[in-house]
Order: sequence, then C-alpha cells, then structure tokens
Amino acid sequence: MPFIPHTRDDVSAMLQSIGVSNVEELFSEIPRSIDRADLSAVPRGVTEMEMLRVLSERAKQDEVGPCFIGAGSYDHHIPAAVWDLASRGEYLTPYTPYQAEASQGTLQVLYEFQTMMSSLTAMDVANASVYDGGSGLAEAILMAIRCNRRNRSRKVLICGSVNPFYIEAAHTLVRGQEIELIQGDLSKGTYSIDLGEEDEICAVVVQQPNFFGLLEDVDEICDWARTKNAMVIAVVNPMTLAVLKPPGEWGANGADICCGDGQPLGVPMSSGGPSFGFLCTKLQHVRQLPGRIVGRTTDRAGSLGYTLTLQAREQHIRRAKATSNICTNQGLLVTAATIYMSIVGLRGLGNVASTCHSNTKYIVDKLSKSEHVNATFVAPYFHECALELNCDAQTVCDSLLREHNILAGYPLGKSYPEFKTSLMVCATERRTQAEMDRYVDAVLSSCKSLAHGQ
Amino acid sequence: MSDTPSELRYTNTHEWSRIEDDTIVVGISDYAQDALGDVVFVELPVVGDKVNEGEEVAVVESVKAASDIYAPLSGSITRVNELLDEQPELLNSDPYGEGWIFAMSLNDPDDYSELLDANSYDEFCSSEENEH
Repeated sequence: MPFIPHTRDDVSAMLQSIGVSNVEELFSEIPRSIDRADLSAVPRGVTEMEMLRVLSERAKQDEVGPCFIGAGSYDHHIPAAVWDLASRGEYLTPYTPYQAEASQGTLQVLYEFQTMMSSLTAMDVANASVYDGGSGLAEAILMAIRCNRRNRSRKVLICGSVNPFYIEAAHTLVRGQEIELIQGDLSKGTYSIDLGEEDEICAVVVQQPNFFGLLEDVDEICDWARTKNAMVIAVVNPMTLAVLKPPGEWGANGADICCGDGQPLGVPMSSGGPSFGFLCTKLQHVRQLPGRIVGRTTDRAGSLGYTLTLQAREQHIRRAKATSNICTNQGLLVTAATIYMSIVGLRGLGNVASTCHSNTKYIVDKLSKSEHVNATFVAPYFHECALELNCDAQTVCDSLLREHNILAGYPLGKSYPEFKTSLMVCATERRTQAEMDRYVDAVLSSCKSLAHGQ
Repeated sequence: MSDTPSELRYTNTHEWSRIEDDTIVVGISDYAQDALGDVVFVELPVVGDKVNEGEEVAVVESVKAASDIYAPLSGSITRVNELLDEQPELLNSDPYGEGWIFAMSLNDPDDYSELLDANSYDEFCSSEENEH
C-alpha cells in the first residue's frame, strides 16, 4: 500500500495550478548543498539481515576516541537508569497532557522538572521546556520585549561572548518582529560595559560561563542593566549552577529571565541533537512566559493533582495573541533530565561540575607550559578554555582525529574568522588521567610538527 | 438584566467611557464582566502610549477566556488602575467604579459624543444575545 496519497495526476494538477513545472522547481530555493543526500552508497533492495550487517559495519566508523569538544554540547556520563526509566512506554509515548485526568504521571514529572530548574537557577518559575538553547534565547528576547514595554526600546544588547549558534537562532526567530539585536565586542573574551554604551536598550543578554568558557562579571552587568531600565537575560549551563552563583542572585536584583540548553543533564550528544531548552523567570513575569506550565493543585476530593495552568498565554486559547507560536515542549528529554537530576542530586551535580573544571584545568595548565600554546583570553574559566596555538587549530583537530582517534576540541575559527589559531578544549568528568595525558602529548606533537612545517 | 448607567457612553466591544474634561476613564461594562466570568488578570496599558480608536490596549483574562480591550477613541493613555494588578476581581465586583482600567486624553474631545449612549448599547447587547 502506498503511503503517499497523491497520484501522479494529483501532483501535476497541483503544480499546474500554482504555475510550477516540476517538484524540483518547487523546492529550488533550498540550497543545492543541503537538498540532496548522497544515497549512492546505500544498497538497493537488500534483505533486513543484509542491511543490518551493512549498518553495523558502517556504525564502527562512528566509534571515535575521547571527546575534548564542548562548545554547547558536553560528553557527560549518563547513569544507565536514566534512559532505562525514560524509555518506558508510559514516558516514551504521551503527547501534550491536556487531559489532566489521564496524564498525572507525565504532569508530575514536568512539575518536578520545573521545580528543579527553578531551584537550580534561583528563579521563581520555570516552564516545561522549549526546543533547545537557541530557541530558548529567542523566546527570552521576545518575552523581555513584552515585559519591558515601558522601556519602549526594541533593541537588545547581546554580549559578544554568547554562544554564536544561539545568536544565529535568535536572529532567525526575532528578525521579523522589528527587534534589533546588537552584538557587543568580544575581543577580550568577556563583556566590558564601557564598550557598549548603547543609550536605549530593552534587555541585555549575558551567558555564564560564556561561549569561551569564561566567567563574566554578571553582578556588574546586571546592576548596570538595571540603571538602563533594561531587563537581564541570563544564558546558563545548568550543570554549572551547582557551583556558580545562580542567575536569580546576580547583582542586587537578580536576572529577570534565565534560559539555556539542558543537554548536560542526561541527554546524549547524538551528533548535536535533539536537546531541550529551559526558560525560567520571576513570578511577576509569569504571564509573559511562553510554553507549557504545569501547576500543582487539589481535586474536588482534596487529593493532590497536577494540571496545565495559565493556559490563556498559549495558542490553543489566545490564538494569534499567544506568547509564542511554539507551545510544545521536549517532554521525553525533560523526563530524562528530571531522572538524571534526581539520581545525581545537587551534590552529585556539584561533583560533576568541579571534576570537569579540574580536568580542564589540568590539560590547560600542562599545555600552557609549552612554547607552542597560550591561553587566548586572560580570565577565569569554568570547564572550557580557548587555547592559542602556533598554527591553524582546524589542522590540529584533523591531525588528532586522523592519527590518534581523538576529538581535539572546537576550532574557534569556525565561528570567528579572527580566531583561526584558537582551539577550545573541554575535559568532562568522563576523561581519564591516561586520556588527558595522551591528549596533551598529541596536541603538543601536532603543534610542533606543524610549526616546523611552516 | 445588566446594569447600564445612563451617564456613561459605550462601544460595541463593551467598553464604557466617562468624560472628565478632555480625558475619558475607561472600563468594561457590567454585561461584559458577567459574560467573562471571574477575572483573574488584567494586563494594563503603558502610560504615555499614543493609541488609535479601536486599537488593542489591554487584556482581561478570566477563568473562561482572554479578551482584548480596545481604545474607545484616539488619544494618549494618561493613567492606569494599578489596583487591578493585585485585585483583578474589582472588574467583577465594581465594573463602573473601582474596576476602571485606564484613563486617556482625547485628540478631539468632540469624538466622545459619537460613542453609543446607554439605550443604544442595551439594544446592541440584546441583539447580540438574540444571535446566540
């Protein structure tokens, strides 16, 4: 039975009525570079058994050695219980729990998630998640514009050190709404207020630790924003909050909105996604918070229960006036994150965070002793650090992967042409002493041979 | 039958207006508050905003629905009822008094006479009811 209901005649009739000659022309605006996957290596018409053999042979190519890449997605240990529990049918399949009477389990998990995120970030409320860190930032910006109408400005200052992928996603999502995103200078790696004296800004976005792994002076930035009547949007890595000051306590009044990517909490890196985003805020702004919010209540008989709440913000009630046209959440990944957090606990999270920091510090200290390597920026870092090499960082990455089967780090030149010789490294709690020593040796020998070659 | 004070003017989007010199005080009618049910939140306009007749300026959220409140005439917002931040239920208990939502200055005070009087508004409401 064919799964596509359109006959050839249907298709040509539809094409004719919109004046397009064929399907290729219909999709011509998609760049050629991404519109065609090369399937020539996929055998045609093989049996299931043959296909499984091909797949398992080829899957071996993905088995790479230790990962020293961070840049927004981190190689943390995920306890086996996390996905064992999250993959249960009850958690794996449910859709949006509109029907509270049939969805108490899902609703309670989301409620526990919100509670954990609020307490980690020291904010009053959290929603049931958004797509990822980038869409979280875009929603936070739109939210700040709605909350801060008295300010009248539609300019948002983004510190230069915010994750460039998030900035790109935010640009895409807010550009049609007459919102101007101004990017601060990034030459020092952290944000300097005197470099960005914009007169009228509605909100300031600051990331902690920032994309380069560095610690920003968030208290100062927060208090400065307050003098401009601008709201503060904090972008954070939830893993670090067991150790760093939470956004709700930044400066005199705390950040107004907090967002970020939840991948470090039990979500595998899986080639970059899917992940989930979170969004937290102060109680006074809860009606501008987009997405699902689960509340705890009591039923008619006085028993505890959970239900979606404040739904007048959402598009199934408010239609075009909703806070967002994205009202879904990443339920499954949030379930995994909630189980992860309840297994490791706050102390466990703190141990993970400090081990990541000391592992990264170990390799940075060792590498910096060499004449070939220096820190790119002079500032305290958390579990990621940009290193200035004496050669092209991408070339070093290629050579470490080829010769040592090591993922060496993120070459900053990919996002910033001015940092072609910077390699951003991250060593999580999963890296062993032996792996780190092997890494240091491999980087140094690669730098040495590349320097001689020049 | 809902209460429609004769000294006020109305719109067919259920706002009432009371003129005080060059400004009008605006709220929602008794008929509207009854139809909405218990009001749980009012999003107030921003003082100083210039608004055109028919423009959305506030939102009233009840247990049943979220409804936009429109500017009855053109002008600028001069005051908002901040009491509603804490006590949105004033819209239900005293729609023509403590439940006022905002005040605005008028570009042309003569426009006020174009708004519906109480009789016309009552007629409008009963015709709306008959349609349902």
